[in-house]
Amino acid sequence: MRQFSLTSEPLDEQMVTRAVSTPGAGGVVTFVGRVRDNARGHTVEALEYEAYPEMAEAVFTQIAAEAQSRFAIKEVAIHHRSGRLLVGEPSVVIAVSAAHRGAAFEACEYVIDQLKARAPIWKKEFGPDGAVWVEERP
Amino acid sequence: MRVTVRFFASHREATGLSTYVADVPDGSSAAEVLRSLYRPFPKLESASGSVAFAVNRSQVNPATLLRDGDELALLPPMAGG
Repeated sequence: MRQFSLTSEPLDEQMVTRAVSTPGAGGVVTFVGRVRDNARGHTVEALEYEAYPEMAEAVFTQIAAEAQSRFAIKEVAIHHRSGRLLVGEPSVVIAVSAAHRGAAFEACEYVIDQLKARAPIWKKEFGPDGAVWVEERP
Repeated sequence: MRVTVRFFASHREATGLSTYVADVPDGSSAAEVLRSLYRPFPKLESASGSVAFAVNRSQVNPATLLRDGDELALLPPMAGG
């Protein structure tokens, strides 16, 4: 599978993990972001993700390259959903492999933090109180 | 010169468009192109409080000068993950 994508198809967490699991990788860390049922005191029923796809995939590639140069890791995979997602569905799956676990944990956190700050992706929350674009960082 | 502007999320809803070809003076900056859009799209002014800019898919600062044919994306506060 490709290592970086923005997709309207459901994410397969195990497939992303396998995609970075090379023979020399003794540690694999996978982060899964899921749609939560509440935000800022409001009930959330669904999120709608919108992206600037051509730029988002370029940013994923750039962030992964940065992680490769900062940490002693082997492979990075970043996959993010677009479209409407219900509570519990994975919105993002990031997997990092390394010879040893420490670098994999650090790099995985770096990747998700940078993705949230820099990837051109937006989400609208839908719930009983209405619909709102999320414009603050958690 | 002509610049293709892309709108996303709250900006797309404020303008009712995903893309718009803006005819602007040569040498306009990203911020100047945005200001020129307030006339055709009055709702954009209040929706674009903390906008960031990308030119040809790379983030740039507001003073960056554009060239004919550039793609200028207006980026509302990002919320991936």
